[in-house]
Amino acid sequence: MISLAGRDILHAWGKFVFTGMGLGLLIGVTLVMAGVYRGMVDDGKALLDNSGAELWVVQKDTLGPYAESSSLNDDLYRAILAMPGVAQAANVTYLTMQVRKGERDVRAMLVGIAPGKLGETPGWPPYLVAGRQITRGHYEAVADIATGFKLGDVLKIRRNQYRVVGLTRRMVSSSGDPMLFIPLKDAQEAQFLKDNDAIWQSRRRTEANPAFKRPGDPGLLDAVIASQSSNAFVNAVLVTLKPGHAPDEVAESIRRWKRLTVYTRVQMEDILVGKLIATSAKQIGMFLVILAIVSAAIVAFIIYSLTMDKIREIAVLKLIGTRNRSIAAMIMQQALALGVIGFVVGKISATFSAPLFPKYVLLMPFDSIAGFCAVLVICILASGVAIRLALEVDPAAAIGG
Amino acid sequence: MSRLPLPGRTLALLAVIVPLLALFIYLGLRSGPLAPVAVTVVAVESRPVAPALFGIGTVEARYTYKIGPTFTGRLKRLDVQVGDAVEGGQVLGEMEPVDLDDRIRSQESTVKRTQAALREAQARQSYAATQIHRYEQLFAARMLSEEIIGTKRQELQIADAALSSAREALARARSDREGLVAQRVNLRLVAPTDGVIAVRDAEPGTTIVAGQTVLEIIDPKSFWINVRFDQMSAAGLAGDLPARIVLRSRSGQPLPGRVLRVEPKADAVTEELLAKVVFEAIPQPFPSVGELAEVTIGMPAIPAVPAIPNAAVRREGDKVGVWQILEGALRFAPVKLGASDLDGYVQVREGLKNGDQVVAYSEKALTAHDRIHVVERIPGVAK
Repeated sequence: MISLAGRDILHAWGKFVFTGMGLGLLIGVTLVMAGVYRGMVDDGKALLDNSGAELWVVQKDTLGPYAESSSLNDDLYRAILAMPGVAQAANVTYLTMQVRKGERDVRAMLVGIAPGKLGETPGWPPYLVAGRQITRGHYEAVADIATGFKLGDVLKIRRNQYRVVGLTRRMVSSSGDPMLFIPLKDAQEAQFLKDNDAIWQSRRRTEANPAFKRPGDPGLLDAVIASQSSNAFVNAVLVTLKPGHAPDEVAESIRRWKRLTVYTRVQMEDILVGKLIATSAKQIGMFLVILAIVSAAIVAFIIYSLTMDKIREIAVLKLIGTRNRSIAAMIMQQALALGVIGFVVGKISATFSAPLFPKYVLLMPFDSIAGFCAVLVICILASGVAIRLALEVDPAAAIGG
Repeated sequence: MSRLPLPGRTLALLAVIVPLLALFIYLGLRSGPLAPVAVTVVAVESRPVAPALFGIGTVEARYTYKIGPTFTGRLKRLDVQVGDAVEGGQVLGEMEPVDLDDRIRSQESTVKRTQAALREAQARQSYAATQIHRYEQLFAARMLSEEIIGTKRQELQIADAALSSAREALARARSDREGLVAQRVNLRLVAPTDGVIAVRDAEPGTTIVAGQTVLEIIDPKSFWINVRFDQMSAAGLAGDLPARIVLRSRSGQPLPGRVLRVEPKADAVTEELLAKVVFEAIPQPFPSVGELAEVTIGMPAIPAVPAIPNAAVRREGDKVGVWQILEGALRFAPVKLGASDLDGYVQVREGLKNGDQVVAYSEKALTAHDRIHVVERIPGVAK
């Protein structure tokens, strides 16, 4: 049996393949768009994964530390460590800022990590791609590779210089900014430390306050200034649990006895995905839907016009007594072949272009499979229209004008 | 139409489709979740681990002398400026004596007057003594009445008393004068020891209350660094350990030093241990008091022990361990870690032996089901 579809494709294979490629690029864009959405969600999850925490203890009644600002005294973690079920509790600070290196500056999320036992303390980068973890208590940094920093680079944060000793990967904030890990004490200082002019001005303001400048108490002014220029706050306490303790139970006991707000992993994901990136994710989702509809329409048009191009040949086929089933099969096979080529090209182009995007694009296999099924369904539906048209053609058209 | 098995058009079509499919399959296996994870591998090897502590501190002077008057008064002169080197005993300035000199002269006159009074009393006493001697002889010859001799004896007693009173008055006048002279000397501001003027708080003409600081002298030989070490990573901090000091203004020049003492009181708020680190030789020119310094304390090295880079240490659930490579597959090996050094090597106490292959770097977090692809360097890391 002769494959009508195969013969027809071979007849004008160049046109067919190029149409498939064009379609493929369109499908590629759709896949990338889905990848952008997945990437946004994954950025949020990566942030939670990388913190290594099972519970997040934050300022009471805030959605901190990622979605809202939160501020806790840095000695609260000791009280949390004493709660039953808590294995490790570590302070952490987060601050998004521009980090300068020479002339260039990079937007990064500064993470202050608490000193502690290697591998046990939550908040540390869980894996590296080069260099080593921070070993000194000050002036060392581990940078995400997306910052563009290299090992040994010297960065300037506020007035201190930090040496990049390690590089990591996929450590990003929920908005996709690469992370820079520095020791907690430096980060606390960086969060609070103002430029020298501001410090001078603040000192003068304090000096001008008669309440602090008493002749009989010369040390008072110095003490006040010293207390003004220190920072004993952190943004959150990351908690890991001992085996056999349910996160919800421990969270509830911290909430009840320490009167702080505590989030579990599920709640945190909900905050990040449901609140923090909700609007932008919906925006992308909307765009994805429009793109999918447009793609479907274009596929339908292409198949329709391919059929229209050979309406005369179909009429001839009918004239020589070809069965309707063979004609329908030919059109559908062509449509499916077009869809498969389009999908393959689309997947390849999406895979190659994904790393070029400034933000993370995550191409999930499930999305690809769903996309493939959608492409096939669209092709079948579109070919339905074309088949209907082809079957209705009058065999006389083969010889008519 | 040709019925060859592979006509030209089919070949051309295949030439496009087959590479496309091959690329597709390759990408499907090489990217996304099915792709093997690039890792670098390092062998556990014996090496000496030299733990070290890192802290920051400020340069402080162990001895600071605050020089000021003990009396309220006006500053007359001040001969030294900030930065001047002074010697012990050197007069640095003086307070206005006001009427003190006049009072000393007045006291000198008082001394002279009491000396005259003393001489008078001596004369009276010696006359009274002579008189009583004479009257005693007359009385012995029964030429005088009892009453007269009694009067003379009383006169001698009075003269004795007047003499000792005059002596004491002179002693008092002299002491008063010496007191005033001492006060006069005390108006001078004198350096108690060799040192450098660090602060000059008042200018001549200023009224200074008793006890107020006019000058501050620091002894550069007593410079030390008040270093703060995080309590969490200060195991083994002790006196006499060698230290490497880097002053912020001289970042390229590490200076040798040693730990003088670890303070018995730690800082409970900042969770830091405090220690004093002294320079082996005070750097020239002197560092400024208050300058920030980074201090690295070398601890005795642990002779060759199995060690791994700290980047290899991962957490899996509640266990700390490493990803070991056994016959090309990943296995999480819980380990017990020991000492670590500042270069990132950490001693393995239990769980691994020399020669074991462990994952050092990986391009993402690993799980036991991941396929791995051992590389020299993780893609994307610059040389």
